[in-house]
This record gives sequence, C-alpha cells and structure tokens, in this order.
Amino acid sequence: MFPFVFEWQWSADHYIFLGLLYLALLIIGVGVHVVAIKTVLQILGILRERHFDH
Amino acid sequence: MEKKHGPAKGNSYGMVIDLDKCTGCGTCMVACAAENNLAVRPDESDKQRSITWMRLYKVTNGKDFPYTEVSYFPRPCMHCDHHTPCVSVCPATATETDPHTGIVSQIYTRCIGCRYCMAACPYHARTFNWWDGYFPKGKGIERYLSPEVSPRMRGVVEKCTFCHHRLMRAKTQAYTEDRRELEEGEYITACTEACPAQAITFGDLKNPEHKVSRLAKSPYAFRLLERLGTEPKVYYLSTKDWVRKLGDNYLPGEFKPVSTVKAG
Amino acid sequence: MDSALIPEGVKRCSPKVFFFWTLPWIALLLWGAVSAALCLLVGLNQTNMSDYFAFAVWIVVDLAIIALGAGAFFTGFLTYIIGKKELKDIINAAVIIGFICYSGAVAMLGIDIGQPIRGWFIFWHVNVHSMLAEVSFCITCYLGVLAIEYLPIILENREIKKVRTLRLAGENLHGIMAVFAATGAFLSFFHQGSLGGLFGVMYARPFDIRGGFYVWPWTFFLFILSAMAAGPSFTILCTKLTEKIARKHLVPEKAFQTLAKISGSLLCFYVVLKIIDTLVWVFGNVPRAGLSFMDFFKEGPYGVWLLVLEILVFGVVPAIILITPSARKSEGWLITGCLMNCIGIVLNRFTFTIVSLAIPVMPFDKFVSYLPTWQEWGVSVAVIGYGFLLFSLSYRYLPIFPKERELNAATK
Repeated sequence: MFPFVFEWQWSADHYIFLGLLYLALLIIGVGVHVVAIKTVLQILGILRERHFDH
Repeated sequence: MEKKHGPAKGNSYGMVIDLDKCTGCGTCMVACAAENNLAVRPDESDKQRSITWMRLYKVTNGKDFPYTEVSYFPRPCMHCDHHTPCVSVCPATATETDPHTGIVSQIYTRCIGCRYCMAACPYHARTFNWWDGYFPKGKGIERYLSPEVSPRMRGVVEKCTFCHHRLMRAKTQAYTEDRRELEEGEYITACTEACPAQAITFGDLKNPEHKVSRLAKSPYAFRLLERLGTEPKVYYLSTKDWVRKLGDNYLPGEFKPVSTVKAG
Repeated sequence: MDSALIPEGVKRCSPKVFFFWTLPWIALLLWGAVSAALCLLVGLNQTNMSDYFAFAVWIVVDLAIIALGAGAFFTGFLTYIIGKKELKDIINAAVIIGFICYSGAVAMLGIDIGQPIRGWFIFWHVNVHSMLAEVSFCITCYLGVLAIEYLPIILENREIKKVRTLRLAGENLHGIMAVFAATGAFLSFFHQGSLGGLFGVMYARPFDIRGGFYVWPWTFFLFILSAMAAGPSFTILCTKLTEKIARKHLVPEKAFQTLAKISGSLLCFYVVLKIIDTLVWVFGNVPRAGLSFMDFFKEGPYGVWLLVLEILVFGVVPAIILITPSARKSEGWLITGCLMNCIGIVLNRFTFTIVSLAIPVMPFDKFVSYLPTWQEWGVSVAVIGYGFLLFSLSYRYLPIFPKERELNAATK
C-alpha cells in the first residue's frame, strides 16, 4: 500500500530530493504550529500580545 | 527496482526490420491492433488521435518518374536503451526500462496522463487515449479481444510493449518444461509473426545465436535518429542509400553511403 | 450595505457598481466551468490536442502565469530577506497576485492531465529524476506557502479582526513571515527552474536540447532568471491597473521604481545569457543532431522572426527601458517596459511548448499545426476571470495597500 514497501530502493537521488522536500515542509509545518501555539497561549493570557506598527 | 540508466542486463529483446522486403501492406499494424486490444473510433480519419502502436510511414526518394522509389518505415516503439527519454521524464514512475529484458513497460493504472513522455519521445511511439475505449458491439470485435492484454482507460498513455504478454506466455511454458532459457522464436511479437514478407525479425540482441543479433551488425543496418543517443533496439536494414539517409538528420556531407561503410 | 467590511478610512464604490464590475469575470468563470466540466466528463478529446501536441495552450498559460506570478516570491525575498522596506507597500498585492496565478495554474493542471483523480500519484509514486515531479512538488508546497502568506491579509479584514483569536493569529503569522518568504523563495527557485528543465532534458528533441550544469540544463537557470525579471513587472502592471480602475494612488512611487529597476537589471542579465545560450545551441547542439537552425522553420508559420521578437523586441527593448531612470520615472514608459517584458516571457514559454512540439524530429515526419478549441480557451480565460474577481474582492474588503490612506488623505 505504501510506496516504500515494494519496488522502491533508496538511492542518493532519493535522499537529496526527499530530504530537501521534507526539510521545506518541516520548516513550514513548524512555522504554522508556532503561530498556532503562540496564538493559543496569548488567548489564555500566558503570553503577552505584541503590538506592531505596519 | 532501481532504474538503471544503461544497457540492459540479461536479455535485450530487439527487432530488425528489412525495409527492402517491407511492402507496406500494413499487416503488422493490423496484427498489433488485434493482439493488443487497441480501441477503435467510429471515425478513424484523424490520424493524430487514433491509436496505433505500430505505425507505417511511407517515404519516397523525391525524384520524378521514372526514377521514383518508394519505401516504408514500420515504426514500433524503439524501446530505447540508454537513458530512455520517456522513462526518465515520467513523474509517476508509470513507465520503466526492464533491465532483464530491455522492454520499456507502461503501467496503465498508474499513468496520470500528463503526456510528458509523449513530448519527450522523438519517434512519436506513444499514443494517448483521448476517448474512452470504444469496442462496438455486434461487429465481431469481441471475438479477437485478447484476455492477456489489459484494455486502457481514457486519459492514459499507451505504446508498443513488444507483446510482453507473449514473453510471459513463453516463460510460463518454459517453466512448465523445467527450462529457464527461451529458444529463439518461442517469443516473438505479433507483428513479427504476421508480416507476410517476413521482413521483421525479433529476438535477443545479446544472444549471438539469435538471428537478430547477427542482422543488427550488418553494414546495411541502421537505427532511427541514432545521433540523438537514445540507443533504440529496433534496427532497419536497407541496401538503398536514400532510405538509410532518411533514418537520421544529416548536414550536407555528413551522410556516408553504404559503399564507404562496407569498406570502412 | 457592505461598508462594515470595507477597510477603515478608504473609499470604495457602491455595492451595486461592484456587482456589475464582477459580472464579466463571473461570465469568464462560467465559460471555464462549462469547458472544464466537458473535459472532465467527456474527455480530453474536447481539446485540439493530439498525439503530436501533447502539450498545448493550457501548458503555455500555466508556464506563463507561473512565471508572471514569480513576483510574489521575489518581492517577498526582497522585502523580508534583503530588507527593502519600501516594498512592504506592495508585497500584499504581490502575494495575492501570486496566489491567484499558482492556484489558477494548479486548477488548470487538474483539467489538463488525463486522469485528474490520480494526480496524487506524482507524490505517491514519485520518480525523483523527472523534472515534472520536481515541478509538482515545489508548486504544491509553494501554493501552501502562498496560502499561508495570504491568510494574514485576510485576517486583517475589519470584521474578522474583531475576533481576538483571528487577529492574534494574523499578527503572529505576520511576525514570522520572513521564514515563509525564505522557504517560498527556495521552493520557487526550484520549480521555476524545473519548468525550464522540463524542456532542456528532452535530449531527443533538438529544438529543446541544451547543455547544462550537472543534471540541470541551461534552460533551468534561464527560466528562473526570466521569471525573476518578469514577476515584478507583472506586479507593477497589476497594481497600476488597479490604480487606474480605482482612480487613486495606492502605492508610493519608490516601491514601483525599486521593482522596475530590479526587474530591468535582471532582464538585461537574462537577455545577455539567453543570447549566449541561443548561439551555443544554434552552433553547437543543433548541428550535432544533424540539423541546421533553419531546418526548424522549413515548414509552418514559425520562423526566426519569433526568436527575434522574443529576445530582441520584447527582451532587449524593455530591458533598456527599465534600466533607464528617466524612462522608469515616466509612467507611460514604465508600463510599456513592464508590458513588453511580460510579453517576452510569455513568448518564450510559447516557443518552448508549441513550437518545439510542432517541429518534427524524424526526417520523414511532418510539421503539425494546432489551434485551441473554445473549451481550451474557456479554461484558459477562466484564470483571468478568477484573477480579476479574487483581486477585486481582496482590494475591496482587505487593507492590501498600507499607504492607501496616506496617499489619498489630501484628496479626501
């Protein structure tokens, strides 16, 4: 069912491509989670709100 | 299986087509269509969208009567060996060059129909199912449909498979007879079998006993678009220089006639 | 009627006028919807694509809008990573334009492939050596990044901002925008390049083959450069168009000038490299395949004029316009330069797609011609309708231009 089960053989190309891809996805994922957690903590009053001038 | 971009290990099935024998009758096209369950269309006149795995091209030497000469190029899939253009570009791994047989396969159920392989193939060996498969009832078509070849759905790419199902059939037969090697002629494609002029020879290019491997080394043998480096496994034989010249692009002065090839 | 949704301190037209404004764009979208439905239900035979023209007008439009939408990543890169503060006044517009371009391209691709439901196979059964796999991955991820960059702009809507959670989420997103801009730039670099790589790796097509660096053909780098050059120009054009239709200044001149200058410099650099690449191809790659350059144009309507148009008329000329300060400062010349820049890039994408497929490779093969059907046009123009609609809605209800109030205070 998973593509890694059959006919898949790891090679250097796979490591580079998928490595970079997952790194990019990780950064995006972490960023979104940080924002979500920060927002929740601010709502709960644990963190202070920051004020921006645009 | 890790894709190896290089010459096939094991067998290397290929074809030699003698253009001096080819009469342009088109039986190879019909046999291929019948063998491989090719879908038809109510109106087949749009040749750019009708499905055909083997295609016959008519060529002439461009001279006026009485010096006109005509020849035909039957063109199946070349099953390119080196860095197969279509295989390297498919994003979904729906096509692969089998290192054991040299056959370039197509997984119809995995193909997403992006058609990148079609753009990459210089031989236009690949066709696309622009319509749903049409097998009209009551016309006798169901009598020749083969249960060994899966029909294709709309939106996928298909191409000549060197009648891979016949290889499976031959291997199964050999296994039951406790053999692992196939004899010459046990596995041949439908077009090879059907050609009335016996212009097509099919076999293992790597096996020196197979006729194909000897014919491929003939001084009259050439391949289509050899200079591009695709390493096709379909060879053509012709004693006529003007036919051989049509096999590739040549700048003025680059083409070497057969006489110089023989001597050299 | 909807005045509560309109940003504070700015004027927008009445809801009735806005409704009439949206009608032509909705009509285009409807045309596209009917075309798309036909293609999905009946099949791709609704188009004029054939076994020779595997790629056609949709791919040209896809490549063109992705190149033009590069303004989003590049402006983001310049704003958040390089630190050009004046571009903060235009970055929101650039992000929205980018989002429109990329979401439109992805939607169009969904119609273009023969089995759209299997589209996810590119991710599941990936062939990492294929340029198209690289394109799909990066475009999908980048669309996600664009959505994340668009979100804080939406959350700044007057009514939405009243909900504390949403306001905080928007502010926090805005705070780490540099991270997304950097990731977006990285992803964009690769997919803009692989779109060029798509053609450069087709070594069996002499019209497309190029040399390269390791696995990357020169077209890879040329496409990135041309996208970076054209993207900011397209952003300028769209913003200027918005200013003309809204009849007010929205962005300070400095932002336009910065973008135009960078666009012009990159275009100069690109044109020089493109000319070198073309010459190397004409005198190196093409003869090695046994062809001469003029062999490509033996039949059919395409000729050397197309390359002259693409590289000289719509390449060198806009480059000169955009790097000349006096021309840049004149609005007429600025718009002309940006428009010609964008047209040149579209011609480049067209040449690689349509012309390369029309030209035969085998000596006994024929030149083929192609014209799109109304269904193909429908799906293509639907992106324009979608773009106008989404941008209009964003302009009306979201504060996308930070300096709008300041620039229009005198006229109020």
